[in-house]
Amino acid sequence: MEELAPEYDVVLLGTGLTECILSGIMSVEEKKVLHIDRNDHYGGESASLNIEALFKKYPDSYSKGEEPWMKYGRGNDWNVDLVPKLLMANGDLTKTLIKTKVTDYVEFEPIAGSYVQKGSGATATVAKVPSKPTEALLSPLMGLFEKRRAKRFFEWVRDFKDEDPSTYGGLDLNQCTMKEVYDKFGLEATTRDFIGHAMALYQTDAYINQKGAAKETVDRIQLYGNSVNQYPGKSPYIYPLYGLGELPQSFARLSAVRGGTYMLNTNIDEIEYEGGKVSGIKATMRVRSEDSEGTMFSTKTKKIIADPTYFNDANKGNVKVKQVAKLLKAICILTHPVANTNNSDSAQIIIPQSQVGRKNDIYIAIVSSVHHVCPQGYYIAIVSTIAEGKDNWHLELQPGFDRLGKIEEKFMKEPIPLYEPLEDGRNDNIFISKSYDATSHFETTTEDVRDIYRRAEGKEMVVPDLRLDANLVGQE
Amino acid sequence: MSSRVSTGARPGARFAQFKLVLLGESAVGKSSLVLRFVKDQFDDYRESTIGAAFLTQTISLDDATTVKFEIWDTAGQERYKSLAPMYYRNANCAVVVYDITQASSLDKAKSWVKELQRQANENIIIALAGNKSDLVAEHPDKRAITTADAEAYAREAGLLFFETSAKTAENVRELFTAIARKLPLEQAGNRGMRANPRQGVDLRPEAPGTQGGGACNC
Repeated sequence: MEELAPEYDVVLLGTGLTECILSGIMSVEEKKVLHIDRNDHYGGESASLNIEALFKKYPDSYSKGEEPWMKYGRGNDWNVDLVPKLLMANGDLTKTLIKTKVTDYVEFEPIAGSYVQKGSGATATVAKVPSKPTEALLSPLMGLFEKRRAKRFFEWVRDFKDEDPSTYGGLDLNQCTMKEVYDKFGLEATTRDFIGHAMALYQTDAYINQKGAAKETVDRIQLYGNSVNQYPGKSPYIYPLYGLGELPQSFARLSAVRGGTYMLNTNIDEIEYEGGKVSGIKATMRVRSEDSEGTMFSTKTKKIIADPTYFNDANKGNVKVKQVAKLLKAICILTHPVANTNNSDSAQIIIPQSQVGRKNDIYIAIVSSVHHVCPQGYYIAIVSTIAEGKDNWHLELQPGFDRLGKIEEKFMKEPIPLYEPLEDGRNDNIFISKSYDATSHFETTTEDVRDIYRRAEGKEMVVPDLRLDANLVGQE
Repeated sequence: MSSRVSTGARPGARFAQFKLVLLGESAVGKSSLVLRFVKDQFDDYRESTIGAAFLTQTISLDDATTVKFEIWDTAGQERYKSLAPMYYRNANCAVVVYDITQASSLDKAKSWVKELQRQANENIIIALAGNKSDLVAEHPDKRAITTADAEAYAREAGLLFFETSAKTAENVRELFTAIARKLPLEQAGNRGMRANPRQGVDLRPEAPGTQGGGACNC
């Protein structure tokens, strides 16, 4: 194999966003990085697909011999995400993109609106999530007196400073539950619902009675508010042009520019160990569109960082992950904006679990041609939730479908298992990431990135600031 | 960063920016060509990556017209066929490089041209560059691909064609100037360009309103 080193500091398996961020940062730290994917494209589960690839990923969505994608225009005008997530404008991923100058490779558009549903069925109200004291006074989500209580709550959150106990409002924020905070402001159940689920973005109600969780909840509401104010949008979210699949590709380029080696279309044949710790890999790089057997190679490595799909093969006896939940998801193609979103080109709608008698929230993420993910006139809406039943999954998503009106095309399969590693990796030096979870943003993804770095390197990750690095910028 | 045409300080002056991508087999001199064009330097023992996100260089076509290239190197991702679609995305022009002393490198160049026609914008302008002409000037027997053969292929495929030397600078500026002259200046900023017609989110460090207050891009 041409120019392959005999040993690497780290071999990464899978080019999902988590692995690509780590690859980029480790290459900047001048570690010797080899990054492998079994697929012929970047992104793994966080890739974006063109319309033909999307139909082919859901073979039940059409009859054999048909080519339903032909009626949707140029295939490459479509970049449909597999993971229904958005970026918090003031969140950790956005900050990482800015600091590492990965923003050189990818451009962003705001998501136009952030909405929440109150009630269910025909009488449901869908309204903008108020994020400021003044917006609370205008919100149709609350009655007259509740509006004033909510305004007082938002003012308190706005002024809250972790380091200044005088802003705690007489509460012991280190000890108390969020229920005590809500009680203090006298907020009604539906108000607690949209605050906890559409602003703090909790997916269940477990946070309410958890001792000491109030501070984190306030942090989350502040992140939401700061993100709304960050860019000229009306939601706290931004989104990369050409789809989320651009993000792993951009961090992969950062890694490559800093010396990381990339190999797609490569199967791992064997993981080698010495004294219980990983010592190397044997792999085969296939040749695209040829029937040849490919090129086998081996190399030594001190560590492996991998997505869970690389350590989940019971036949090979290498299972190092466990299933923690199942994500239910339907990708819908529409030819109209979604009702009650002010004809927005994009939006997030959250249906809090209690409003529709569930344990987990239902999320709807809507993007369109302004994000260069589909031709003009189309909208892509992904409805998702954590599966609660053993079947009838369609019914679990139905409250989401009810919001969408006429659906041209619906892509849906059985729920997707979400995995977490069994061990932290310190025993065998194999560090495994978590599946992309059901949250509507990437904050848990960057938490996982930081956790993997901590486990693998034994210290906190510091995102390198490349904005002042003269070697990285071109001559003006 | 995005492609755009803007009027300069003087009436009638035009400034346009375009994304240019480099392609070709490893070690044919892609990065060296760029380094010669951008910094007028050459290094016999260059490492295979240049370590830059992209480099920029401007060319004045005439008194009133300036073209700025944003030049993307493969960063070695072509080595194991691992270039990402993002690399081709919105490229306005491409330089496909081969080594005139290596017969197989023209075959590789031809497959990169096909890949560009599959992946890139329909209207992309492609130039074929037969590099290392200095080696042949010293030792004519080292030539493995005749000028006529490469030229015939370039004509057939509708490519600009130059034999270049990053080492002596022969035809390097001419190559980029020819590309600049062929670019659709009057359309830049409208169709197929990186420009974003909407008021988007600008996260780049130099943008006002982001945390890059102290950052310098010079």
